[in-house]
Amino acid sequence: MDGWAHHLVIAPIALPLVAGALLAIYDERRQFLKGVINLLSTLTALYISVALLRQADASAPTVYLLGNWPAPIGIVLVLDRLSAMMILLTAVLACAALVFALARWHTAGAHFHSLFQFLLMGVNGAFLTGDLFNLFVFFEVMLASSYGLLLHGSGPRRVQASLHYIVVNLAASFFFLVGVSLIYGVTGTLNMADLALRIPALPAEHRMLLEAAVGILAIAFLVKAAMWPLGFWLLSAYPAAVAPVAAIFAVLSKVGAYVLLRLSPLLFGTAAGEAAGFGTSVLLVGGMATIGFGILGILASQAMARIAAFSLLVSSGTVLTAIGFSDPHLTGGALFYLVSSTLTIGALFLLIELIERGQNPAADVIAITAETLSLETDEGAEEEGGAGFSAAPAVLGACFVGCALLLIGLPPLSGFVAKLAMLAALMGPAGQGGAVGIPPASWAFVALLVLSGLAALLTLSRVGMRTFWAPVDSVVPRVLVVEIAPVFVLLLLTVVLAIKGGAVLQYMEDTARALYEPSSYIEAVFDAHRAPALGSGR
Amino acid sequence: MPFLIATSIGILAGSGVWLLLRPRTYQVIIGLSLCSYAVNLFIFSMGRLRSGAAPILSSEAGSLADYADPVPQALVLTAIVIGFATTALFLVVLLASRGLSGTDHVDGQEP
Repeated sequence: MDGWAHHLVIAPIALPLVAGALLAIYDERRQFLKGVINLLSTLTALYISVALLRQADASAPTVYLLGNWPAPIGIVLVLDRLSAMMILLTAVLACAALVFALARWHTAGAHFHSLFQFLLMGVNGAFLTGDLFNLFVFFEVMLASSYGLLLHGSGPRRVQASLHYIVVNLAASFFFLVGVSLIYGVTGTLNMADLALRIPALPAEHRMLLEAAVGILAIAFLVKAAMWPLGFWLLSAYPAAVAPVAAIFAVLSKVGAYVLLRLSPLLFGTAAGEAAGFGTSVLLVGGMATIGFGILGILASQAMARIAAFSLLVSSGTVLTAIGFSDPHLTGGALFYLVSSTLTIGALFLLIELIERGQNPAADVIAITAETLSLETDEGAEEEGGAGFSAAPAVLGACFVGCALLLIGLPPLSGFVAKLAMLAALMGPAGQGGAVGIPPASWAFVALLVLSGLAALLTLSRVGMRTFWAPVDSVVPRVLVVEIAPVFVLLLLTVVLAIKGGAVLQYMEDTARALYEPSSYIEAVFDAHRAPALGSGR
Repeated sequence: MPFLIATSIGILAGSGVWLLLRPRTYQVIIGLSLCSYAVNLFIFSMGRLRSGAAPILSSEAGSLADYADPVPQALVLTAIVIGFATTALFLVVLLASRGLSGTDHVDGQEP
């Protein structure tokens, strides 16, 4: 663990930072060069994140001391199974979105490549950091670039959606700041591991203040994770974004869920004494409300992008509810579901753009309005560069079926494995085979999981028939191979997830168990030894 | 002093929230600015209110009780910078929306 391998932990932050800054130097005439640099950086990040995942799986959490200050004084980066997994997920989705964007979308506005890299930096930083205020900074890096990316392509609809998105997120940032500073005021620390040690020792009269602080802080994450009733912004923002941006945004809403998953067992686990289990009932009820709202929305939607946005709500709600149960087995299944559903929804956002291109040839690069899809538009079209390939409708249809199977949760794809893992954990607590009796909350969650699959089945088959079978003389969509390839690869990955289900689920179970027994995390943070001073080394 | 600080934070936050809920983009951005002032003051006050105490150790003499807590001051600096940048960004989007829709209503059309 010495030499270069130790510094690999900071690479997911440093690499996009350098690449983003480099990309900002070149102007928009050097699109090819910018694309190459961006692609190289993203692929390297993918390679590094695989290495980090192996490292996290093999050993105890790796701690990187920024500025070489020991733990509670300085800021630490912590790489454990959960953060390594999320970084890999981000990198995979980023590669797919970037390859898709390079076909045409990256030229639709300025500085796409820089913003893309800065977004990756913010997301990776949020996954790695072990300090609450540092988390705020990375959140802001991520949000600032997401504002820019949402505006990519411009047009009245995107500007309008961005206006609301920015206001909501700025207001959420204020909650974040108030919560963080109040936590500092009560406990005197911002280091997550240190907080976990100090909370049980907190006098009773300060506990109320701490719980208020954590509640305020959680609002910021719940807005990001789009819990009902804090998630209405998502429905106008995500469908307005250009396809590759919407695909990478699918992982953005998981950042909020990640932080809750990290903090809830760490700060309010069984070791927290009086404060143990704080807020889990809110997550439980709120998560279920989110699933319910998502189901209704899926059933009511006509436009495909809205169906995808509502599916994202269902997916967030499912993960939040699972966190609310604070059961390691269920969390293991939920982590599998998180990975599977994020890949699915990312692929779906990319696919939708390709399908709608076929339905509505007049929709050009600048403005696609999903609302006008049902209208007939037969002027214009057919001058955009590059030849498509003739089998496009069949391939698009096959990919759509794949996405549908994943969202519904039918075998043989990973959506089925994910739902099965969660249902098994709910029905047989701790592997007892259901002899202990199943609490009503579990029944409600089971019902919602099954209903969400049913809603997806109804809506997606309806939309699929209308799109692929009903049109008599439909235009063949001009789809490039590089555009369909990322969708295909993402779907292929879900197949791999399903085939390798046992090994992946084992990893998720280990992750969940480590989350609910945070002593190894805390020890790793405090035992991290400083690097020797320059000159006195080896 | 605590009463004064608490009242000013309350007034700033209250006015900010009221303006945030108004329908014109200009009111919204002023509301966001007021809210961010309130939040910054709040962060600052979390280091306990002291007057005349330095945040940096100047000599070995004296105890830590003679000094102000430097961490909230560092936090508030960061928060100010980030808040300033995002507000500036929002201003650009606001102007773009005004230019594209011809109205300063937050929904891009008059009700």
